[in-house]
Amino acid sequence: MDSHARDPLARTRVIVNAITAVVALAGLADATYLTVAHLAGDNSVCGPSQPCSIVLGSTYAQIVGIPTAAFGVLAYFSAFSAATLAAFGYARARTFLIVIVAAMFAFTLWLLYLQAYVLHAFCPFCLLSAAFTFCLAGLTLATPPAR
Amino acid sequence: MKRSLPFIIIAAVAVLTAGSGAMLYSSKQRSAAAETDAIGSNGSAMTPEHVRGEKRAPVTLEEFADFQCPACANTALEMIRPLERDYGSRLRVVFWHFPLPNHKHGRDAALAAEAASLQGRFWEMHDMLYRNQLAWSNVDDVHRLFEGYARELHLDVERFKKDFGGAQVSARVDRQQEYGASRGVQNTPTIFINNQVVAPPFSPERLHEAIDAAMPGKQRS
Repeated sequence: MDSHARDPLARTRVIVNAITAVVALAGLADATYLTVAHLAGDNSVCGPSQPCSIVLGSTYAQIVGIPTAAFGVLAYFSAFSAATLAAFGYARARTFLIVIVAAMFAFTLWLLYLQAYVLHAFCPFCLLSAAFTFCLAGLTLATPPAR
Repeated sequence: MKRSLPFIIIAAVAVLTAGSGAMLYSSKQRSAAAETDAIGSNGSAMTPEHVRGEKRAPVTLEEFADFQCPACANTALEMIRPLERDYGSRLRVVFWHFPLPNHKHGRDAALAAEAASLQGRFWEMHDMLYRNQLAWSNVDDVHRLFEGYARELHLDVERFKKDFGGAQVSARVDRQQEYGASRGVQNTPTIFINNQVVAPPFSPERLHEAIDAAMPGKQRS
């Protein structure tokens, strides 16, 4: 209560960080699903969607033998952890959150570029993940800085 | 307690993610095994690699084809495509290679399609080969033409060339051809609808009739 009284934005920070953690959790679910489908060799993930199959079956679907989605799992889990810790007042977690979200943002832009200009096909799961990352970036920017 | 709470939450999410991932993985493995069993009613089960349409469609049309066979091109582009539009999610189409020895470039075309498949563009190469069948059927060296098609489809051409000559795509074509032979296929195109062979000659009407007969409820759409 004391910290809230001293810093009127403390409550807002907690709420925004909590929302950030929830969004990261949704991204984590999406990335986990794609990773499992890739590892299980499940080609039916895309259903009848041809563009989706093109993206998930392309050379870019894995990096040095590791499913690209697995990097997403790691990134979203890191973002979730950082946002949770930040919501509980760990100041350094916020710095880590900014770094990880910035990296995710850059990686997402590269993936979107690949889909639009190299593969000429989009996959809905990847677009959903991009939307989650953009939300995370927006929320991170919107979080009031600590005093 | 408050200090450790965030770490408890993070650990719980880590455990839940790993657990649900493992469960999903094992369920996908089980359903893949079930699918293989379902197809192999004749004892030589094989999971189709080139499928269009819904997995649970009530009717499956399988085509054994050779890319150099004009009737295959006509059947694929002029009959099967319109059928897919007509029946929508109720029809699933499966393609199997069956290159005939009397077609000089039939096997090379199958290899090209498989090499494209490794980059996720089987059906695009399938259409490209059929649409340009006259252009490549009578040339001596098809490699340059096929590489051009790969480039047009925005494939990694170096990888395409490597895969084209590789053992993996060759084995995939062989497996499908052997599978066709095990089901009694001798000529192309050979069409099965829900595992029942359809007698040639094919026409849109004949295929419609066969699909309607196999369709539960027996209605087109």
